[in-house]
Amino acid sequence: MTKNLNLWVIPLLPLIGAAINGLFGRRFKNALVSAVALLFTGVSFGWAAWAVWTAWPGSGIALPHIETLPFPWIVAGNFSAPFGFYLDQLSMVMVLVVTGVGFLIHVYSVGYMGHEGGYYRFFSYLNLFMFFMLTLVLANNYLLMFVGWEGVGLASYLLIGFYFLKDSAANAGKKAFIVNRIGDFGFLIGMFLIVQHFGTLNYDSVFNALKDAAQFPVDPGWGWLTISAICLLIGATGKSAQVPLYVWLPDAMEGPTPVSALIHAATMVTAGVYMIARSHAIFNLAPHALELVFVIGCLTAFFAATMGVAQTDIKRVLAYSTVSQLGYMVLACGVAAYAAGIFHLMTHAFFKALLFLGAGSVIHAIGGEQDMRRMGGLRKKIPVTFWVMTVATFTIAGFPPLAAFFSKDEILSGVYASPHAGHLLWAIGVITAGLTSFYMFRLWFMTFFGEYKPEADLGDAHLAPAGHAVAAAHGSSGHAASQADDDHGHGHSGVHESPWIMLAPLVILAALSIVGGWVGIPRILGGHNAIEHFLAPVMEPSPGAIQAQELVKNVPNATEIAHEYAEAHPNAAEVKTSTEWVLTGISVAAAALGLFLAWLLYYKRPELPDRITAKARGLYLLVLHKYYVDEGYGALFVKPLLALSTVVLWRGMDQGLIDGLVNGAGSVSKGVGNELRRMQSGNIRSYAAWVVVGGAAVVAIMIWLGVR
Amino acid sequence: MVPLSWYLVLSAILFSLGVFGFLLKRNIITIFMSIELMLNAVNLSFVAFANFWHSHPAKLASGVDVVPLSGHVFVFFVMVVAAAEAAVGLAIIIAVFRTRETLNVDQVNLLKL
Repeated sequence: MTKNLNLWVIPLLPLIGAAINGLFGRRFKNALVSAVALLFTGVSFGWAAWAVWTAWPGSGIALPHIETLPFPWIVAGNFSAPFGFYLDQLSMVMVLVVTGVGFLIHVYSVGYMGHEGGYYRFFSYLNLFMFFMLTLVLANNYLLMFVGWEGVGLASYLLIGFYFLKDSAANAGKKAFIVNRIGDFGFLIGMFLIVQHFGTLNYDSVFNALKDAAQFPVDPGWGWLTISAICLLIGATGKSAQVPLYVWLPDAMEGPTPVSALIHAATMVTAGVYMIARSHAIFNLAPHALELVFVIGCLTAFFAATMGVAQTDIKRVLAYSTVSQLGYMVLACGVAAYAAGIFHLMTHAFFKALLFLGAGSVIHAIGGEQDMRRMGGLRKKIPVTFWVMTVATFTIAGFPPLAAFFSKDEILSGVYASPHAGHLLWAIGVITAGLTSFYMFRLWFMTFFGEYKPEADLGDAHLAPAGHAVAAAHGSSGHAASQADDDHGHGHSGVHESPWIMLAPLVILAALSIVGGWVGIPRILGGHNAIEHFLAPVMEPSPGAIQAQELVKNVPNATEIAHEYAEAHPNAAEVKTSTEWVLTGISVAAAALGLFLAWLLYYKRPELPDRITAKARGLYLLVLHKYYVDEGYGALFVKPLLALSTVVLWRGMDQGLIDGLVNGAGSVSKGVGNELRRMQSGNIRSYAAWVVVGGAAVVAIMIWLGVR
Repeated sequence: MVPLSWYLVLSAILFSLGVFGFLLKRNIITIFMSIELMLNAVNLSFVAFANFWHSHPAKLASGVDVVPLSGHVFVFFVMVVAAAEAAVGLAIIIAVFRTRETLNVDQVNLLKL
């Protein structure tokens, strides 16, 4: 049975909202703007929920359910890309997360952005983002996905630079866009390779073709399959802020806080993970690419976590935490535990959106301050925010029975079971989990406990020599009391709890953070890992296709492929129950250790951190400066490019060659005209003489022609 | 009968006189008269040619004589134009004299660079 779900409506509704607000919103009252934005996003969420409900596995609609609009989009020779939408278990999860969390954040923004200028602009961009993100998630071919991919980049750029009068925000927007372009380039090359070898970009055609093991055997070396997988991975590193392209995400915190929550935590940055999971059929056949995926994921998770430890800006801590958590998801994809990655993606969307919105509520409460050293003791003053933040903090740290405990555990056990150096990766993952717990509780203690010290001196006495360098590196982050109200000052005095329109989404997200993980309770804890079974038909290398398995039997490298299949499905390789208990225990212990250390350092004995940083000053500075990666990129890429552009392209090509040609043409005509104007003497008889000369010339020519 | 070439020589002499007067004279009325002289020199050549072709009619294939009258017609055209030009030109001369109080073209030079 095929039923028309009109999937195209889901992305289109936010686009209409964006168009209405963008074109006419300037004249609207704020209430009308928010009504339009909320209505279209809400209906989109409703439609998505209805579509998912209708197409739920077992309802009789065959998944993947593909709907193609009746008119083509791009047709060129044999190649065609339709406006097609693809609903399977994976995009079900994604579309619900995007519309659901997106809607909550829209609601929150009504309260948060209420005092800001450009209110209609903000909601127009936010709806535009929703449109592109839903296109990305629902597309049935890579090209349409790429449209969404670029579009969310655009929306991200617009929203990071929302306070465009502030230089640091405008620059952060540009940085995000440019860094993403590098990744997009990789994605494009990957798509070209896919078109070259499959002649199509439609998911179903490509993935079905890949099932033919005879035609597409596992690529043991560095063949085109591996290369195209790596190109896709480059795209994912850009969008999902992985090493080496993660640098844009922390700076993206210049945008308003709901933007950080929606785009730079919950949805857009997970696009890369979604793309890898979507392309798992390609990655599964390219073991070297998968190795690269988990190396990148592991590096990102670990280093971003260490960077988060030294940050003092509340949003930047969360930004590095996001990078780190995305690293976890990529790591899960790298060990082919795609379902675990998507599971973590989902729970992360809940708790990270909650953390950001909670941080926004804190910032809102104290009038725009973002530096945690100026916070403290807010527990009593903003109790609701405190409680939801507490839930979020415990969730991300991985305490049972909260959401991230299950998803992170799922990833870690997947990593442990992976045949590639699984134990080392697992150890790094556990250390990262400990670090995550440490910096999150550091944030928690610094913000909500101790004394409220809004006038704290941030002189960085222990940093004196490097002080200005830090200021440069941080942009607007910590420093500068004068900039304190850059982001969100609206001149309130006194700490105040946020209005309920902001708190309600927080409470809902907190509830989701608590229960969201229960869909994936592993077997040893008495659950049956529903989400993995749910996603299994998508992630299965051979989705119940007997013919594919028969093909496996008939090809010579069958064992190799079978091995790949096992890799792709590590939980099939059944980690022993007792081992799993130990693994779980260790990761909870790591989280508890992080909590204990944070408690010791930032609550019990707050003078200790200074002593430690003074002792291990080199390491501290290294971490505080984020391993000098930004500076390194600046010296390696930005400065040479800038020099090349200035000297060769600007002074040489533009000013020298092009301006030279244009100005040359101008001055030649000017000189010629200057000489010729002497003919215009004003003397009538000289004009007459010219007429006579001309007439004589005509006669002479005619005579000459006649004679000949 | 006077041959055609004599008329043409006379016409050329008159035309050249007109040209030289046009170039050399400073008085705007004299220049005007020189222009009339050139026009009439051309008229002379027109009627001379017309007369010439009248005595040497072209024969068509059917044997009918074709006597072109275009020479005469053009003369009338030129006369009409010359009359119109005289009217306009004299008006301009009067206007120039009223503003500049001179008829010397070398002093009517406001348009020079």
